[in-house]
Amino acid sequence: MSAAKQLLVRGWEVVIGLETHAQLSTVSKIFSGASTAFGAAPNTQACAVDLALPGTLPVMNRAAVERAIRFGLAIGATVAPVSIFARKNYFYPDLPKGYQISQYEIPVVQGGHLDFLVGGVSKRVQLTRAHLEEDAGKSLHDDFAGPQGEKSSGIDLNRAGTPLLEIVSEPEMRSSEEAVAYARALHGLVVWLGICDGNMQEGSFRCDANVSIRRPGRPFGTRREIKNLNSFRFLQQAVDYEVNWQIDQIEDGFQIQQATVLFNPDTGETRAMRTKEDAHDYRYFPDPDLPPLVIAPAWVERVRSEMPELPAAMAARFVRDDGLPEYDAQMMTQSLATARYYEAARHACGQAKLAANWVMGEISKRLNAAGIEIEAAPVGPVLLGALIRRVQDGTVSNNSARQVFEDLWSAGSAQASPEGDGALALAAVDALIEAKGLKQMNDSGALEAIIDEVVAANEKSVAEYRSGKDKAFNALVGQVMKASKGKANPAQAGELLKQKLG
Amino acid sequence: MSGSFIGVAQAARLLEQRQASSVELTAEFVRRAQANTKLGAFLHLDADLALSHAQAADSRRSAAGTGPGPSLLGVPIAHKDIFVTEDAPTTAGSKMLQGYRSPFDATVVARLKSAGAVSLGKLNCDEFAMGSANENSAYFPAHNPWDVSRVPGGSSGGSAVAVAAGLVSGCTGTDTGGSIRQPASFTGITGIKPTYGVCSRYGMIAFASSLDQAGPMARSAEDCALMLSAMAGFDERDSTSAQRPAVDYHAQMLALREGATAAQPLRGLRVGLPREFFPAALAADVNRAVHSALAELERLGAALVEVSLPRTELSIPVYYIIAPAEASSNLSRFDGVKFGHRAKQYGDLLDMYKKARAEGFGAEVQRRIMIGAYVLSHGYYDAYYLQAQKLRRMIADDFQQCFSRCDVIAGPVAPTVAWCLDQGSEDPVQAYLADIFTLPASLAGLPGMSVPAGFGEGGMPVGLQLIGNYFAEGTLLHTAHALQQATDFHAQTPESLQ
Repeated sequence: MSAAKQLLVRGWEVVIGLETHAQLSTVSKIFSGASTAFGAAPNTQACAVDLALPGTLPVMNRAAVERAIRFGLAIGATVAPVSIFARKNYFYPDLPKGYQISQYEIPVVQGGHLDFLVGGVSKRVQLTRAHLEEDAGKSLHDDFAGPQGEKSSGIDLNRAGTPLLEIVSEPEMRSSEEAVAYARALHGLVVWLGICDGNMQEGSFRCDANVSIRRPGRPFGTRREIKNLNSFRFLQQAVDYEVNWQIDQIEDGFQIQQATVLFNPDTGETRAMRTKEDAHDYRYFPDPDLPPLVIAPAWVERVRSEMPELPAAMAARFVRDDGLPEYDAQMMTQSLATARYYEAARHACGQAKLAANWVMGEISKRLNAAGIEIEAAPVGPVLLGALIRRVQDGTVSNNSARQVFEDLWSAGSAQASPEGDGALALAAVDALIEAKGLKQMNDSGALEAIIDEVVAANEKSVAEYRSGKDKAFNALVGQVMKASKGKANPAQAGELLKQKLG
Repeated sequence: MSGSFIGVAQAARLLEQRQASSVELTAEFVRRAQANTKLGAFLHLDADLALSHAQAADSRRSAAGTGPGPSLLGVPIAHKDIFVTEDAPTTAGSKMLQGYRSPFDATVVARLKSAGAVSLGKLNCDEFAMGSANENSAYFPAHNPWDVSRVPGGSSGGSAVAVAAGLVSGCTGTDTGGSIRQPASFTGITGIKPTYGVCSRYGMIAFASSLDQAGPMARSAEDCALMLSAMAGFDERDSTSAQRPAVDYHAQMLALREGATAAQPLRGLRVGLPREFFPAALAADVNRAVHSALAELERLGAALVEVSLPRTELSIPVYYIIAPAEASSNLSRFDGVKFGHRAKQYGDLLDMYKKARAEGFGAEVQRRIMIGAYVLSHGYYDAYYLQAQKLRRMIADDFQQCFSRCDVIAGPVAPTVAWCLDQGSEDPVQAYLADIFTLPASLAGLPGMSVPAGFGEGGMPVGLQLIGNYFAEGTLLHTAHALQQATDFHAQTPESLQ
């Protein structure tokens, strides 16, 4: 009860459900052989089927179905043995057939759930369904000139027929933070599964947020749907604005009208696009051009056998085989890229816990500061692994290693990283240690000489130590380290010092 | 048969025996087509292109010869203008597509082309294949060669006229609710609508996707068998196309039945007569001709058995819900944005849509789009579309009941012979009622055939309808062929055109 109370906004409970469109990473379109590559010149990737030329017919792309199956298996959903494609009829210039082929009454993925962390606490959201559908083209309204240079609108049908998986959650999120955490987790999962490239700038992953508010314990309020949010930040801003707007309306005595709204990132506001009264009647009916999508158990099993290891299974393996603490294992499986990075670094150094520490520590700190993803880290996992090896074998101290890391990070973007070759990476790390003079003094003869000097020059501390003051010993170790210019191995220095002082 | 009315099989034999070249045949058909433009059969006739294809066919034949059996190489045909074609415009009989050029050939067109058939051009039809008199063509009506004051039927009216008047050896047609069978019946030719899925729908401009099916229209069952062998077969571009091995329909047509004798080639064949196909309202002349054909089948050894298709009448409302529903969606792509008609003057986007579609579509097409949009609307879907789908399954089940007692079903194709132009019913519902005998097989997806059965009032042809079980085209063709070996109704030609 107290946890729920914390989530109230101005005394209102927020209810959010997300509909997410994930563009499936197939080579060709969902119902035609045209390419799905992004960024081609307008209408160069639209074939006769995409243009809806008279006489053309859709043919289901099995690769899109496999991606849907993969998703269904990953979220513990039912993969429907038979699902139906339906036509959603409406007129718009970027919808070439005058209808969108989608799934309506019987979707391919039914049920399932997604687990994720919100502020370190685990949360589970049930999914309603996920269905396959085709994307529409794009209407170009701004800065588009007609054949005579007049102001005009253009249609680019390259995107028409791009396969989408629309993933619908139950209205189980209670704050914009939860909505964002859900969206991030879903994004991580579809990328992890290799079914979506996750590129939000290119629109490969975009969310519609259904938002309503209610007094705790009351029935659901009327919802408004915020369309087409293509960044996590916009999702958070849009929901936050919308929630406050709805509260203002209700507290001012107005009722919420069911509506579709758009978020304007420039103003940070949502604005109604159309209300329920002028909602389309899409006249859904089963598409007679496409037989029911039949997914035999053998197909599901084949896809299951080709599934990548899922995050939860991988985290369990990191605990079991690498001896990582639970928390570290969770952190190492936040994304497939992180997991791959960790595994490569661990492989390069043979030190699981140290590798995890570095990923959670220096790497994570630097990535956040630079605002980049781990795939783009200037210090790759093999190079990091080499550095960790040099810490482990006593060549450099932890402090020195951080200095080396700084240099590697700064240089990394400018020079070719020796990734893929452990020996080269090690050589690169060694060269830098050498150049910076950070090599630990592991020669006990030289160290003994320094200790003798320190003992001779610090009679007072020696006396204090001998009279039982432990602090004095630490001061002596500090002096040894200082005299060695940090190159001494502190543990070794401590031991030798103890021997000297008897 | 008059020398001018050269069917597909006959043309194939003349070419094979080098008694005629494709150029000679094609030139003769072109001459006849040009001399009979008043019949309104062709929307597009390209003599030069046809002759150059004929020449190519002749060269191919002299260079390589052909394999065993009759070949379509060099046989002059034409296509219903509902099939898209690369080298001729495609209109679907509509102003909407005036001047439209397809960048590809329909699969059926491409297959006939690769078999070597020579196309003279594109044949008139009801707009988007909606109609049963060819009077819904946006260009001009077609006239029945047996009596030019009468309609040839529809929607494949131009196809029927072209064959009946001897303007081509054979041609393609499409059948959604009877559009091959009824015009074949009205013009005394032979036509077969195969099982749904036998011919690819790719490149056939869609009217009602779950019903549309291409088929040949020609003089005889043998002609149809030859053409169908080339047209049929799985096509990966049509997801509803049947995945079956290629079929030699000509061989199936010739194959002897077990227990058949020379005098009784149909011995053992059980012909089911649904009592609902012989109502009191059936025109007497049609009833007489159909019964004489049935008697002939009996003489040939067939046994007539009475069966029942109790939902025959219901097939009319069921069809006129499902077909318009699909049509309303299929025709949405004709919005004036990418291709097809666009108004010269328009205001905003909505105005552009409205004008393009109001100007581009004829009255019957608009009527069916509105019916279709209505039955799919929120709140009406369950009562109309869903209910119709349930009845459609029951109609298909009724046929399976019948086929436990018979091998083919026989009856009339249409309740009357061809009527006079402009004398069709003003009331569209009355016109729809005339489709009663062809709709059930369409809804069930079964193969159906029209075979000339004699003549009725005014000397107009009457067709016998044969309906087979799924993929039993061979049985239909065999039965029709046996009948045509024993009778010469299919060889009759209009006197005025001989």
